[in-house]
Amino acid sequence: MSKAILYDSTLCIGCKACEGACAERWGLPYDDKIAAEEKISAHKLTAIETHGDKFSRRLCMNCVQPACASVCPVGALQKTTLGPVVYDADKCMGCRYCMQACPFQVPSYEWSSRLPRMRKCDMCFERQSQGKVTACAEACPVGATKNGDRDALIAEAQQRIAEKPDQYYGKIYGLKEVGGTSVLYLSAVPFEQIGLRTNVPLEPLPETTWRVLELVPDVVSTGSVLLGGIWWITNRRAEVSKKEGKRR
Amino acid sequence: MTPQPESNGTVRLASNGTHPGGHARATKFKLPKITVWRAIFAAIMLSGLYATYLRVFYGLGGSTNLSDKFPWGIWIAFDVMCGVGLAAGGFTLVAIVHIFRIERYKPILRPAILTAFLGYSLVVVGLLYDLGRPDRLWHPLVMWNPHSVMFEVAWCVTLYTTVLFLEFLPVVFEKFGMHKPQEWIHRISVPLMILGVLLSTLHQSSLGTLFLIVPEKLYPLWYTPILPLLFYVSAIAVGLAMTIFESWHSSRAFGRALELPLLASLARVLAVVLSVYLWVRFLDMSHRHVFGLLSQNRIETWLFALEIALMVVPTVLLYQSSIRLRPGALYACAVMVVFGFIANRLNVGTTGLEAGSGTHYIPKWSEVAVTLSIVAAGFAIFRMIAQYFPIFEAHTHEQALAEMEESEEDPVTVG
Repeated sequence: MSKAILYDSTLCIGCKACEGACAERWGLPYDDKIAAEEKISAHKLTAIETHGDKFSRRLCMNCVQPACASVCPVGALQKTTLGPVVYDADKCMGCRYCMQACPFQVPSYEWSSRLPRMRKCDMCFERQSQGKVTACAEACPVGATKNGDRDALIAEAQQRIAEKPDQYYGKIYGLKEVGGTSVLYLSAVPFEQIGLRTNVPLEPLPETTWRVLELVPDVVSTGSVLLGGIWWITNRRAEVSKKEGKRR
Repeated sequence: MTPQPESNGTVRLASNGTHPGGHARATKFKLPKITVWRAIFAAIMLSGLYATYLRVFYGLGGSTNLSDKFPWGIWIAFDVMCGVGLAAGGFTLVAIVHIFRIERYKPILRPAILTAFLGYSLVVVGLLYDLGRPDRLWHPLVMWNPHSVMFEVAWCVTLYTTVLFLEFLPVVFEKFGMHKPQEWIHRISVPLMILGVLLSTLHQSSLGTLFLIVPEKLYPLWYTPILPLLFYVSAIAVGLAMTIFESWHSSRAFGRALELPLLASLARVLAVVLSVYLWVRFLDMSHRHVFGLLSQNRIETWLFALEIALMVVPTVLLYQSSIRLRPGALYACAVMVVFGFIANRLNVGTTGLEAGSGTHYIPKWSEVAVTLSIVAAGFAIFRMIAQYFPIFEAHTHEQALAEMEESEEDPVTVG
């Protein structure tokens, strides 16, 4: 029952209504100048990109197994069962490991602030937990951004591809990337042509570090026995040679 | 404990500067040299002070060239990753002397522990600059996420800095003739040392694990699932190299005899550790089939070549006893290893990530100024403490020294 967003690049008209709605929902300023910025940042959590005659939309992918939440040393980022990855600014100490770890380079930082926070889209966690759709989906006049259950949206995306196979690239971006994301993309052209990263692994990224981290108890216990044992042997040797009056 | 020795140390430093220990040898050069070094030191500290002002009042944006696409710079890659690694001599020598009981190395144990303690303290200082909210440095201790490598590193570094403090305490107790507490510390010393070695093993390797999460960003010459192992082995190597490095410097600064035979046999160990490191790296690269990348004329190729050369050259040289027994050559080899190590950490932490992040990063002057200030402060504080506290025992053990002189080229005793 986890929620997701389906963005259909073939339907998007680039009106940027989603940007305006997003800014309003976060209480961020929004004017023509900010609208012209085609990248997400600490003051713009979603952005419409132009790629030739195609549009694309950037926002936090709210991964099914998010790297950011796994690397956060203080647990400021959490994957909710509802789907959104939420952020608690009161916990964050600003190590920026989430930014380094994110395969989509989504988290932004308030670089010039003296008490900076990380900023990213949280898929309107509050609205969705009240049963409302995300601000961007509500604002979209053409249905290019749709908010709903992930499974239902995947089924719908597959149906759209099946109905008009010549209009679509034929794959859903976000289905398998890094183990699946809560933002899904449909496109007329291969995804790298609308600015999406296609070199990301299909494996969930938290696995890469957990494989090593889960060895910690083994290393500690084996190491204690080994080092303690070595000390026990060498200490005995030293004692014996001291008694025998030998000099080491 | 720092304020007192510092204030006292300053007085002694001043008096010592005019009457250096190695009077006869160094009078001609030492006076002007120290003035130049002091001028450089002051310039570095002043620039660091101004950079600190920028950091505090204008945030990370006003003091660094970091960006959303490139969130980590040299304050992480050098101040933290190199700082922790360069302090690895502490746990390496503790293991050698107290756990493997090769007590010949005891004269260089204390400087290694001091270096480690200072190193870790300065890493924390570096973190205070780098963290967006340094006032929340303590958060990982109460807000847990055991799935995070950074969480593990935070705990290990905290605990190990405490262990190093306790390992250094006997020096303080000895200085002030406090026998009771010295006994207490001695009673818990073995578990303490084992704990120290374990904690070091964990976080030295974990600094490599940090980068396992970025397989699509880190250039394939560096990204490998065995990064934790490579970080661990290279930390041991650089810990040994740093021990040689600081012995050489302190022997010049304090005009005391260099423990050459001891360092020469340590250099033997260093050569072996480096050989293992290089061989594992070679195997790893051949298993991952990345040698083809070396034919590409890219900045990464050249930085990789530089890093490897700085490791291979000293390895080859250190296998020769004529090199090991020449102080200058030995020192040069240690310096090469240190720079090779730094090159590696900077490559993994910054340059190797540039292409994958789609951006360029050159540190801002203020980032460099803070880093240099931290290094300079490290040298100065080490000098002060070494002057005031019983760190170097070698000069009181000249007999032992004479014995060891015979042992270096005797394969049985050297082991």
